[in-house]
Amino acid sequence: MVEPVLQIDNLIKAFGVLKATDSVSIDLRPGEIHALIGPNGAGKSTLIHQICGTVRPDSGTIRFAGEDIGALNTAQRAQKGLGRTFQVSSLAPEFSALRNVMLAVQAKQGSSFGFFRPVMRDRSLVDPAMAILERVGLADRARLPAAELSHGERRQLEIAMALALQSKAFLLDEPMAGMGPEGSKKLTGFLDALRREAPILLVEHDMDAVFALADRISVLVYGKVIATGTVDEIRRNPTVRTAYLGDHA
Amino acid sequence: MLTRENTVNLVLALLLLVAPLAANAFGQPFYVTLATRIAILALAALGLNLALGLGGLVSFGHAAFFGIGGYAAGILSSHALSYEPMIFGLPGTVQMPVIWIVAVIASGLVALAIGAISLRTSGVYFIMITLAFAQMVYYFAISWPAYGGEDGLSIMVRNQFPGANTMKPLSFFLVCYLVLLAGIGLFALIRASRFGAALQAARQNETRVATVGIHPYRIRLTGFVISAMITALAGALYADLNRFVSPSMLSWHMSGELIVLIILGGTGRLFGPLAGAALYVAFEFALGGLTERWQFFLGLILLGVVLFARGGLLGLLAGKAKHG
Amino acid sequence: MTIALALEQLLNGIQLGVMLFLMAAGLTLIFGVMGLINLAHGSLYMVGAFACASVAAWTGSFWLGLIASLACAAAAGAIVELAVIRRLYDRDHLDQVLATFALILVFSEGTRWLFGDFPLYLDIPPLLQGIVNLPGDASYPVYRLAIIAVGALIALGLYLLIGKTRLGMRIRAGESDREMIGALGVDIRTLYTLVFALGSALAGLAGALVGALQSVQVGMGEPVLILAFVVIVIGGIGSIKGALYGALLVGVTDTLGRFLLPQLLALFVDPSQAGMIGGAMASMLIYVVMAVILAVKPRGLFPPAHA
Repeated sequence: MVEPVLQIDNLIKAFGVLKATDSVSIDLRPGEIHALIGPNGAGKSTLIHQICGTVRPDSGTIRFAGEDIGALNTAQRAQKGLGRTFQVSSLAPEFSALRNVMLAVQAKQGSSFGFFRPVMRDRSLVDPAMAILERVGLADRARLPAAELSHGERRQLEIAMALALQSKAFLLDEPMAGMGPEGSKKLTGFLDALRREAPILLVEHDMDAVFALADRISVLVYGKVIATGTVDEIRRNPTVRTAYLGDHA
Repeated sequence: MLTRENTVNLVLALLLLVAPLAANAFGQPFYVTLATRIAILALAALGLNLALGLGGLVSFGHAAFFGIGGYAAGILSSHALSYEPMIFGLPGTVQMPVIWIVAVIASGLVALAIGAISLRTSGVYFIMITLAFAQMVYYFAISWPAYGGEDGLSIMVRNQFPGANTMKPLSFFLVCYLVLLAGIGLFALIRASRFGAALQAARQNETRVATVGIHPYRIRLTGFVISAMITALAGALYADLNRFVSPSMLSWHMSGELIVLIILGGTGRLFGPLAGAALYVAFEFALGGLTERWQFFLGLILLGVVLFARGGLLGLLAGKAKHG
Repeated sequence: MTIALALEQLLNGIQLGVMLFLMAAGLTLIFGVMGLINLAHGSLYMVGAFACASVAAWTGSFWLGLIASLACAAAAGAIVELAVIRRLYDRDHLDQVLATFALILVFSEGTRWLFGDFPLYLDIPPLLQGIVNLPGDASYPVYRLAIIAVGALIALGLYLLIGKTRLGMRIRAGESDREMIGALGVDIRTLYTLVFALGSALAGLAGALVGALQSVQVGMGEPVLILAFVVIVIGGIGSIKGALYGALLVGVTDTLGRFLLPQLLALFVDPSQAGMIGGAMASMLIYVVMAVILAVKPRGLFPPAHA
């Protein structure tokens, strides 16, 4: 079997008595979209935080591209190729969409310690950034400050930035949140194509998107993974149906 | 590109040049000195603006670097004039370029130390810690009886700059003016550069910067050090202007004053520090002529600016800043 | 160095600590509840001192002066809160620093305008004059002991206020979650004014008490303000317990440092230089202690649990 891009083993994180992450083991294989679903408060965000480096687990390992990244901070993990989007869009609000993506391109290219060349005239930054913006459909909004973009456009911008990093894996935290049906459809199509570039760990509540996109689904309840399998396996799983799916199955 | 802001900037730069030239022609050296003071304070505030305006680092201790620059000028000068060597047998000097290099290096090292510790904190902690470190430098400086202690250090003869007679007010003004222009140019370059992009992004959203793989701490520390070095250079010039290094250059009032200059002119704006310095010195001169209690009114004006005209003078004249 | 001398210096340190606590408690309370950094706190210290000195001179009674200091400082605080401070709660720290820095200028120059440039004098009331005999042939001024006692009472009072009263409960709730308590129907605006006035009163009291030991002059609050900042950074911004421990630590360290360092230096350097250098080193000592503590605990000794 091909080595998973992201491998999480027996991750534990407790806040006092509350076990937010209770011996979680999941993996992300090349070319797949692995959806992570679960009711609110199941610990999905905490898990994402631990993978990205903003929260330290109490125990367990996180391997990315064959390497143990437990000791690395957020910036270092990003440099290793871990691309992430945020549940609540996290952008540089005063910068235009273009400058935001250029920042990611700049980070990917290596050092930010260049002092003398104006970035706006640096084609090695502007051109790739514009290309990515075209790819996500934001090219005509490129010069607007991120704060003035609509909710859906900000989602697209986040994904654009993750693309610019040429990540080896994507961690997408509820990308469909707040999107209307049109936007969700577009984004679903986009993510479907994206999986060919790098596998995606997708945290989502939007069940239509999950069932349309996921190769595998893991269900997280009270910090524990109660089931992992294909869409059909999960749909038929009685534990999952009781715990979570309800009418959607 | 002649935007509104660029026009205002050009006008300010020209005014600062023309006014003292005219004053000199009319035999009013006092106003040349006033203009020099504006140029030097503008440079000091420009340095802080790199950390504060671009980086969002509210340093309440930049007076430490201003003072280090001043003491560099004073100490090197006094050793040169007395022919006594300093530590390691090094001689002093009265050459400004050498003094400036020393000022920049010394302040850079101190800023590296202060920044390394302070930048591990954020928010209110950062403000207070920079304040505290500046106090430390202040007490350190006044503890050297050889260099004047609390009374300060005189610079008997103004230091020299090759090719100019710095004793003449207009010549010294031109030196300071050119240094200011160079500083403004450097600021503009840095702001437009990759480093500037990272620094400004870190101010807007630290998490985002880390998420793309840039270390906010390293960027900020670098920005802090560069900012300190520019302010120190201004300090060296200030000491030469007054021919006196006063410990008050290191006081927290000075730190506050530098922040005030930036706000009056407009935070993060290229010519903000210059506009702010010009306004401040003008207030001091005009109001000070009317009443000894001019700082009372300065306080009220400042309150007004903070509460109601937050963009400063450039905000009023040139409208909202564009970030592109 | 005798025991008596050491004891005296230790008590001086505690007395300084107590004064710093009065300042720091107000500062940290204001920050903890309102999220506001207040540079003008030193000015309220000064207002209290001036009020006490002028009323005491006018009426001949220190005690009336003391009441006046509390009242004036609280009133000044309330007015400033209503006119200026309440517009700053939503602003970033830079704006708060600037606005309160501007207030310092207004207060200082305003006071100079009213009272002129010459310091005022405040006499220790007859009741508290004289000295007390301590073990080891030591003696200590009654007044300074009284200050320590006042400080202890205030610390106890604050503990009871915050921990045991409804107002205290609202304050604690406000510290945890500013938006929530508004939603719960607590009148935040009045609460904030009260907290600010309380902090101001404490600062004014400190100023009045110290006014009898040193002279009352414009700018007297500034060195104390800086030390109070160091105290709350060491103690943990927003924590009153931290303010108490921090204040005592800073007070004792600073006093003993000033006492011991010149003596230590005199062993190596000639006495006149030792005095000057020792004094400056003693002033630096507190900041070194602060830096060391922060290197280990970047948010202070007792940072409040919430963000």
